[in-house]
This record gives sequence, structure tokens and C-alpha cells, in this order.
Amino acid sequence: MTIPLSGKDVASKIEEKFPGSVVESSQDNLVVKGNFLLDAARFLRDTEGLDLDFLNFVTAVDYYDHFEVVYWLSSLEHNHSLTIKARCYDRENPVLPSVVGLWQGADLQEREIFDLFGIKFEDHPNMKRIFLWEGFAGHPLRKDFI
Amino acid sequence: MAVRTEPFVLNMGPVHPSTHGVFRMRATLDGEVVIDIEPVFGYLHRGIEKLAEQRTYTGITPLTDRLDYISSMSNNLAYCLAVEKLAGIKVPERAEYIRVIMAELQRIAALLIAVGAFLNDCGAYFTPFLYMFRERERIVDLFEMVSGQRLTYNYMRAGGVSQDLPEEFMPALRKFMDMMPRFMDEYDRLLMQNEILIARAKGVGILTGEQAINCSVSGPVLRASGVNWDIRKADPYSIYDRFDFDIPTQATGDCYDRYRQRVEEMRQSLRIIRQAMEQLPSGPVRAELPQLIRPPTGEAYARIEAPKGELGFYLVSDNSIAPYRCHIRPPSLINLTALRDMVRGWKVADLIIIFGSIDITVGEIDR
Amino acid sequence: MATGELSIYNLVKFQAIPPDWPGGFWWHWLFFTVVVIGFVLTMVMGVIYIERRGMGRMQSRLGPNRTGPFGLLQPVADAIKVLLKENIVPVAADKIVHWLAPVIAFAPALMIFAVIPFENGALLADLNIGILYVVAISSVSTVGIFMAGWGSSNKYSLLGAMRNVAAVVSYEIPLVLAIVGVVLIAGSLSLNQMVVAQDIPFILLQPLGFLLFFTAGCAEINRSPFDLMEADSEIVAGFHTEYSGMKFAMFYLVEYAEAVAISAIITTLFLGGWRGPLLPPWLWFIVKVMLVFFAMVWTRTTLPRIRIDQLMAFAWKFLLPMSLLNLFITALQVLADWPTQLIWAMIIVNFAVMAIIILIWSRFFFRLGWGRIEV
Repeated sequence: MTIPLSGKDVASKIEEKFPGSVVESSQDNLVVKGNFLLDAARFLRDTEGLDLDFLNFVTAVDYYDHFEVVYWLSSLEHNHSLTIKARCYDRENPVLPSVVGLWQGADLQEREIFDLFGIKFEDHPNMKRIFLWEGFAGHPLRKDFI
Repeated sequence: MAVRTEPFVLNMGPVHPSTHGVFRMRATLDGEVVIDIEPVFGYLHRGIEKLAEQRTYTGITPLTDRLDYISSMSNNLAYCLAVEKLAGIKVPERAEYIRVIMAELQRIAALLIAVGAFLNDCGAYFTPFLYMFRERERIVDLFEMVSGQRLTYNYMRAGGVSQDLPEEFMPALRKFMDMMPRFMDEYDRLLMQNEILIARAKGVGILTGEQAINCSVSGPVLRASGVNWDIRKADPYSIYDRFDFDIPTQATGDCYDRYRQRVEEMRQSLRIIRQAMEQLPSGPVRAELPQLIRPPTGEAYARIEAPKGELGFYLVSDNSIAPYRCHIRPPSLINLTALRDMVRGWKVADLIIIFGSIDITVGEIDR
Repeated sequence: MATGELSIYNLVKFQAIPPDWPGGFWWHWLFFTVVVIGFVLTMVMGVIYIERRGMGRMQSRLGPNRTGPFGLLQPVADAIKVLLKENIVPVAADKIVHWLAPVIAFAPALMIFAVIPFENGALLADLNIGILYVVAISSVSTVGIFMAGWGSSNKYSLLGAMRNVAAVVSYEIPLVLAIVGVVLIAGSLSLNQMVVAQDIPFILLQPLGFLLFFTAGCAEINRSPFDLMEADSEIVAGFHTEYSGMKFAMFYLVEYAEAVAISAIITTLFLGGWRGPLLPPWLWFIVKVMLVFFAMVWTRTTLPRIRIDQLMAFAWKFLLPMSLLNLFITALQVLADWPTQLIWAMIIVNFAVMAIIILIWSRFFFRLGWGRIEV
């Protein structure tokens, strides 16, 4: 069985390394600040004992007042998993750092989030719309789209 | 004399015989050599994730059929598992077994198409493809018995399956199980050791294990690269921990290995089905549930080992009758991440077979 | 043609009959032109039917069976359909080249049949350099195909055309060298004389030559596994991607006319042409052509396609040395006068030689998967 890591335990480890980076944590997941996302992600991937080398998926959820980007990570070696989240409060121009440099698997998925939610990922090599055409008005998966 | 040459851009698709649907590859070529490619898609985008937000939990099942339309049963299963996880529904024993039988039959059917289409891309003019369709037809017949459909089965429900197996199903399945191993041997004899196929596919489009993990590749493509990772073993869902089966892996991760991998996985699926047939208990096939499922607020991610890789549904509930957010983790889309690295430096003909060996369905990429 | 001087002429009882029709030359010419065109068109229909039904059978499906008895009229229906289609010329196409290409490709396919004997002496022109003429003419189709690829201004077409040119240039050589072995034994370049010389089919005397010719011939006319020029799974339809209507029909016709032509040449060179017991000669000829074509259909349904660099490597590293060896051995045998004296020894030796050198070469010197030519 894949063991879900406790968000609280991992949060304390991240907090130790990067103070002030974790917004909140629970048993299931932890939320990191957007500007610390890349550091936290690198820490999770490279730390001995965590080794979260496999990014299962990236997605976003629109909560009207903020976007929540969900990263579901797992380690093939230790067979455990962890959900981390990052929030964006800016609806007009939401920006988060891209994790493509760490997990290439995020490439197409971040483009998809950009297309359907309008969240821009900085330093993504090819930040273009993926399903809809250039010039499509709005971002369909936002709750205020229709 | 130096001949002045310049690269040119070739748009393969959206209507092309080997793009397996409406999919476009913008390939930059230097003569026959691929310098760069960019996959372009969205021609089949139907907004299933958005549609799902407007529907009841039961009403989404037919939508999932349309994702990877050649393995609808697997999609149904993944979605139902997610709903059950979210709402805490217990599934009756018999339904679990029926689900496993269906999912594994579906795996065989989908892998048959994958292998057939791959060989077709290699240029074996439709013969292996049609041979594999012959057997897929029998599986589809079995599905028709239980669900009345031949492509979009819509058979599984949250809490079980829509109806019990009809009387004629088990004898037909038994007959199929007797025939199938012989057909598998026939496919192996047909092309497995073919000189041309080996020359074409061996050593072509190598994807190393590290690269595959970094690109989040899953399913047969990942295992062909030598990574022993199968969700049926690593994170057993449903009742997969009760069966005895192996996870075949290959060494190099070239096109030939991906082809071999799929063939061997079909054999393992047959093993699972055989065990499930023996253990199949009697009893109800569906949990008693209200008409409208109203899961508590929260989120759940359930994943299965679909024929193409890790298929997952990430559901967020706000305690209403429709999911607040329904994200689908599409193996076809994510496996394509590695395509660019795999094809650069190879020829156009290799591009086609590397692409074919990844095995995508556009319905799942675009959603 | 002076008879009696060449020893081979004394060996055989019959020889080419000069045209003795009322009106002489012109009648003969007119008659055989009509015969050739009629023959090619009917044969093409026949082979299309054979291919579609045969492939259906091999692929565990039925194949066309709705038009006429056993689907026999399917080629007719296909022809009518394709004739009624709109003729689409791409805006960016080079109009003249685009228009000329099917004509140029089609003419040589028809012209090859001018020297193919349907019976003893029953041929349009009994050229004394018949086989040379065949080799020369059959390459002209390539020009038409390249024009089609270039004139369509389509990248798939261009890729297909380039592949075709590369393949034809390479495969001409083993093709010609395989023919030379036959020419040495027959002692003549005239196709009619070659058939006359075949008391036993040359496939027995030249088994390796036959295989080389069959392979190189398949590559030359884009039959699987060398059908890279119109590889449907890679470059859609190759050079005729942008053709529709009657022009497409012409290319379709060329494809099959060339297949028939190669089958006819193989029949003439290696299978004893029109010779055979009981049946009338022309029927023997047609039966043999159909058999050869059937072998082509068989390979098409069975084998995957090879890649362009492997195609080249196969021609230069396998077929060429094989054909040189074959030529060398045949020349020695002819020098020792084996074809007339020791026919049975020659059959046995040649089969053994074929088996051994193919085995050795494919084991130690060339494998399809060995190495890639980096460009």
C-alpha cells in the first residue's frame, strides 16, 4: 500500500529548513507559500527519506477568492505519497513558479492549468494555451466562467 | 560541394493515418531527421471536467466512458473508486470481483489495440491489427452481454456495478479464456522475432528509467524502461491484493520493449481473470445507496492502473450532489511529456513508431 | 536476324517469328498496341481484385464481395468512383508539372510490355536488346513520381518522392546485375530468345538471381516491405497525397501496372515465360504473372516496413555483394559450359551456393538492425 505521509510531519521539516514557508498543514496535506514553492518542492524531492521523485499530477481548484494548485507527489522507492498545495489570491494575474525544472512531468499539466484556469507559471519553457486556441476569451474551468 | 540545406516544418495531423485520432505533431525536420517536435492538441476538447461540475455523481459515469474510449471500463472503475473513497461507500464482494474481471478484460482489449496499432505503424499493413481486432471483438461481445454496449459501456456505478452478470456470461468467458492463450502465442509467432520489426524497433526511442520517472510516465511505458511500478501491486485498489500475478518489466525502454511489455501484460491479465473466475462469490452486486450521493466535504484521489498508465480521479466535494471539482489524471497526456526527448535525432519513420509505442487516445488527452 | 551462328539457336526447335501479317509492320504494330493496352488494363483490374481479396483472406476478413459475383466488379466500381471524383489541384502546386506527372509515370509502365512475349514471337517489338530496353524504360517512371512529389508542393509528397528516387537509384544496380546472370546463360538480350532458351526455368539455374531480382523489383515498384514512398502510416500517401480524381487513378494504375510489369519480367526471365505443358502459352503466361503477383501480396500482408537508411544499407551492403557474387559464379559456370552440359549439377551447385552465401552474409556481414547511417 502507498502510505500517505502526514502533512504535519513534513511541514515541520520544511519549516525547519525554510522558516515561514508553510501556511497551514493537516494530516492529509500541507499548503506552502507561493514564493517558497520551488524551494519546498526541491527539498521534498531531494531529501533523503522523502525522495518524492514522482509527480503524479498537478491540478488547480478555484475557490472564488483564491486558486489552489494541488501537487500530488509520490516516491517510487519508499512507496509513500504527499499532497502539497499552493494558493494564489490574485484573480487578475495569478502567478506561481513552475516546477518543470524539478519534475518534467509537470510540463503539459501546467500548460493545461494555464489554459483552463489562467494561472501563469513562471519559468515554464513553453507557457502557451494547450487545448483552446490563442485568443480564447476567459478560462473555462474558473467558477465565474458562465 | 556543400549543399545549402534548411530545416522545414511538417505538420503531422490533425488528420493523419497514424496519429491515433485528431492529434497534431508539428515536427521540424532536417531531411528525414527529426530536429524538434511539438505536440499540438485540443481538437477533441469537450470540457469533461467542467461538465462534471454540473452533474450528479452518478451522472458523471457516462462522461468517463468518453475519456479513453477504448478502455471505458477502466475509466468507470477509476471514477467509481474515487467516489467511493470520497463518500466512504463499501462495495459488495461480488461486485469487486466482477469489476476486476471487467477491468482486466478491458486491459487485454485495449492492449490488443495498442499492440496492433503499433505494428500497423511499423508498416505491417493491417494484418496484425485486424488479427488483434478479431480477439478484441470477442471481449467486446462479452461486454455487450453485461452492459448492452460495445464501446461506451457505462457499466460500473459507485457502490458496485449496474447489473449482475447474465447467465450466458460465464460460459462465454470460459470459452474465451481457453482460446486466448493460443491466440497470444499466434501473435508472438507472427511478428515477435521478425527481422524487420527488430531492426525497426530495437534500440529506437530509448526512454531511460530516470527520465521516465522525471516525466511522470506511467503504465507499460514506465515498466518497459525497467521501473517496477504497477499500482495494482504498489497501491492495491479494489481486491487486487488477493491475486497472484507478476509485474513484467523490460530492460532498455526502446520501442521493442514497450511492445513486448504490452504482450506480457496481457498474459498476466489472463492469470488474474482466471483467479477471479474461480473465486467469484455470489451475492449482491450493488450497495444500497440513495439516488443522489452527497459525499461529505473533502477531497479524494483514487487511481488505478489503466491499460495506458496511472488513471486517477481527483474529486473535491462541497457536500452537494455534484463534485466541486473533478480532475482527471490522464495517462495519455502525461506520457506524451517524454515524446520530445525520445524522438529528437530519429527519422520520420521512427517518430511514427515511437509515438505509436507510447499508445495514446486523444479522447483522454483532450478530455 | 541471322540464325545458325549462335549455338543457342541450334539447340532449340523454335525461334521468334517475324511479323507476317497482311500489311506487314503496321498491322502488327496496331494489333499489339491494342493488345498491350487491353492486357495491362485487364491485368491491373485482375491484380487489384486478387490483392484485395487475397489480403482480405490473409487478414481474416472477407474483402470486397458486394459488387458482382464474388466482388469481381469491385475494380470497375473503384474505377468509376475515382473517375467521378473532383480533380483538386493545390493552389501552390506547379500546375504543369502536377498535370504532366501521372502521364510521365504511366507511359513507361505501358511501354515495358512492348517487349514482353505473350507467346513465341507474339510481342510488339522483338528488340534484340529487349532487357536493356526494359531496364532503361522502367527507370523513367521515377521521373514522373518525382515530378508528382515536387509539383504538388506538399511536404509529404516531397519526402515520398525523395525516398523513391533514392531507392530506385540504389536498387537499379542489383536489379541489373541479377539480370546479367540470366543474360549470360540465355546468351541473348531479347526477351523472346530468353524464353526460348529456357528448357528448364531459369529460377532453377539462378535461384539467387531470382531472389535478388524479386527483392530489388519489389523495392523499385514500392511494394512492401519497401513501400516507403507511399508509406501510409508515415507520410500519408507519399507522392500522390495531393492527387485526386483521374490523376490519382493514373497513379493507382501505374502502381499496379508496374507490379504486373515486374511480375511479367520475372515470369519471362526466371519462370519460363509462356512455356508450359497443356495450357495455351498466353494462359501460362498470365497464370505465372498472377502467381508472382500473389507472392508480392503475401509479403505485403506479412512484413513490416523498413526504414529509409535500412533500405539503402540493404541495397548496398547486402544485395549488391550478393548480386556480384552471383554474377561471378554464373560467369564461371557459363565459361565452363555448364548451362548446356551439366544442367543438373548446376542446379544443385547454385542452390547450395545460394544457401551458403546468404547464410554467411546475413550472419557475419550484414544485419538490418546493425548500425544506423547518421546524416
